[in-house]
Amino acid sequence: MTRKGADIVIEVLKEEGVEYIFGHPGGAIMEVYDALYRDGGIKHILTRHEQGAGHMAEGYAKATGKVGVAMSTSGPGATNLVTAIADAYMDSVPVVFITGQVPTHLIGNDAFQEVDIVGITRPITKHNFLVKRIEDLPLILRQAFYIARTGRPGPVLVDIPKDITQKLSDVKIPSLDEVKNSLPGYKPHTEGNPQQIKKAAKLIMSAKRPVLYVGGGAVHSEAQKELVELAELMKIPVTTTNMGKGAFPELHPLALHMLGMHGTYYANMAVYNCDLLIAVGARFDDRVTGKIEEFAPQASIIHIDIDPASISKNIVVDVPIVGDVKVVLRKLIEEIKKEGAKILFPEERQKWIEQIEKWKKLHPLTYRKSDKVIKPQYVIEEIWKATKGDAIIATGVGQHQMWAAMFYKYSFPRQFINSGGLGTMGFGLPAGIGAKLGRPEKEVFVIDGDGSFMMTMQELITAVQYKVPVKIAIINNGYLGMVRQWQELFYEKRYSEVDLSVQPDFVKLAEACGAVGFRAEKPKEVREIIEEALKIQDKPVLLDFHVDREENVLPMVPAGKSYRDMILEDGKKGVDADTMYLVG
Amino acid sequence: MSELNSIEAPTPMIRETKKGSVRKHIITVLVRNELGVLARIATLIAGKGYNIEGLSVGETHEKGISRMTIEVIGDDVVIDQVVKQLRKLIDTLKVRDLTDTPHVERELALIKIHTSTPRARDEVLRITEIFRGRIVDVSQSTYTVEITGTEDKINAFVELVKPFGIMEMARTGKVALKREMANTEEDTSWK
Ligand SMILES: Cc1ncc(C[n+]2csc(CCOP(=O)(O)OP(=O)(O)O)c2C)c(N)n1
Ligand SMILES: [Mg+2]
Repeated sequence: MTRKGADIVIEVLKEEGVEYIFGHPGGAIMEVYDALYRDGGIKHILTRHEQGAGHMAEGYAKATGKVGVAMSTSGPGATNLVTAIADAYMDSVPVVFITGQVPTHLIGNDAFQEVDIVGITRPITKHNFLVKRIEDLPLILRQAFYIARTGRPGPVLVDIPKDITQKLSDVKIPSLDEVKNSLPGYKPHTEGNPQQIKKAAKLIMSAKRPVLYVGGGAVHSEAQKELVELAELMKIPVTTTNMGKGAFPELHPLALHMLGMHGTYYANMAVYNCDLLIAVGARFDDRVTGKIEEFAPQASIIHIDIDPASISKNIVVDVPIVGDVKVVLRKLIEEIKKEGAKILFPEERQKWIEQIEKWKKLHPLTYRKSDKVIKPQYVIEEIWKATKGDAIIATGVGQHQMWAAMFYKYSFPRQFINSGGLGTMGFGLPAGIGAKLGRPEKEVFVIDGDGSFMMTMQELITAVQYKVPVKIAIINNGYLGMVRQWQELFYEKRYSEVDLSVQPDFVKLAEACGAVGFRAEKPKEVREIIEEALKIQDKPVLLDFHVDREENVLPMVPAGKSYRDMILEDGKKGVDADTMYLVG
Repeated sequence: MSELNSIEAPTPMIRETKKGSVRKHIITVLVRNELGVLARIATLIAGKGYNIEGLSVGETHEKGISRMTIEVIGDDVVIDQVVKQLRKLIDTLKVRDLTDTPHVERELALIKIHTSTPRARDEVLRITEIFRGRIVDVSQSTYTVEITGTEDKINAFVELVKPFGIMEMARTGKVALKREMANTEEDTSWK
């Protein structure tokens, strides 16, 4: 059938099962918008800024595991997507970005609204394409989806010149097999080397003080069942990274919660003292390891990851296993069972578990309570209680993000959605909207900072337009709080350019947009307005929590320092000598 | 001291970190000749803060497939990372660091030399013959010599003719192929 290039775009998106396109039109992409209009089969969310479209597609993808789609015009439309593309790249989020481009004959001429978006995004995409012939269009689009969702997922950009969207062609849509065969250089591993799996099984059974260190890869491959089984079978405590949250239920007795810079005392102590570290879909990020020489210094390391380039990148590992986390864990469990699932040093293992319990009691996650001012941690706890621990949480970047990571207890994968790798302020609101559209049956709470919210707050009106009932909790401290905290701790309280006390009246702002706004200034109002918000299901609700302005995120391991340099929740520096386990 | 301190003597508390030596590596990459593939590879290497010292690209016997030979000076550990990331690129088919693998390598250079006196002509001709080079262009005051060989051979030639005056020079950068040997270990990586 002969049809325009633009119609082919819509045809392929439908073939790929795309439910939503997040985007913003303009000259170079108008044909595709026309095809979208004529077809009527895909819902489009008109964001107020392309960055919002990118983060919404990410939020949708992170919440559902499906490929998100964001679309923009050429030039400024495309450059506005760049932050979201980099964000998706850092967090391995499957998103296909479609950009319009100036007509083929004008490329390279500094034409109106021309930028080399393929060149700009080369280092921040898993792959990208410029379509030069209409005959290639369907194959390239299908390749883009295939590459985005397989292996280590990631963003793929397809740049389509306007004339290609206007040309007519009867080229057919290739089958999935044809797509795979067209990519001889791309074979995402999934299996895991059996020899290495055997070795890992032996190490796990003979370890005295093992710890599972779980990252985002476990969420991508949906390996929660396998993780719980392995941890319970071998009695292994589990710490999760920011990206790995929800891969292991946080109320489980073996849960150590988050490790690293703002990790719990007990997670960091366990990692520091373990003799076997089993890294699962994690990448030894510097926010996790701190000073690398002192990261799990006594441990042998098993590293399971789908990306061969992640293995032994930051740290030498003893048993590397390249493969899909779920598949490898399944095989590992089988192997351990085949060997009788024996813990070779049961007494030491028991002592290890007991020691961890002691650490948990000694320094639990806590904060100084108050009935005069609202403590930010209290707000998160109340949201957790009011939503029965079942909401999806999306956040901005800063202190509120860390409190949301620490004080909400996550129990299922894809429940905590944040910008872990790039740390993009402004991620929260659009990502939360995308998540709610993808998982309408779940309550979605955006836990945002006043600073972060103001970076993408134009998307509030988008949420109103499409009646997306997200709840937006602004942890309003009138500061760029995380930066202020560093200035307090490391720059002798020289608060350089972090004051946000001049700010809009967020409640009125919500009302001006047609959303609902509530404010809490006293602790007892916190629960009230959360309950009120949960009653509203036809529009977004903004909750403005005026919190203690100079609260800090603790514990904290200062950047580049060792876990031994941890600042505890009472602000005391350093770890007490006799709370250390095997360290003299 | 807690009672738990007695469980086991702690092993040293400093983790070994990776540091390799810095040296020149020769990497060979088989690629699909797609739009932007060269830029993709160059971007990746530049992104590590390394400079490409030599680069040659040419089509192989298979249509649409080219071989690139890349010389880059860098830390062994970082280069290992570069190789892994090159393998991850969608358009690469095979990536090898040949530095420590037996291989043959050749380079071609064209060198335009001042030869205005009869003595200079004689001398340059003689040196060229010794190096099995060829004179490919002659003018009243210059010879242009073509010379192939290893990097060392070309460098040696250049040193010898320098006194006459080199006007211009162009080198292709190395091309290299792995040596086939009776019992090379099997290559298990998929790229
Ligand atoms: C786009 C962007 N710009 C700057 C930063 C650096 N930064 C990290 S946290 C932070 C402060 C965030 O303030 P707010 O959103 O109010 O959160 P709070 O820390 O106060 O909870 C800043 C400026 C960033 N992460 N992202
Ligand atoms: Mg703030």
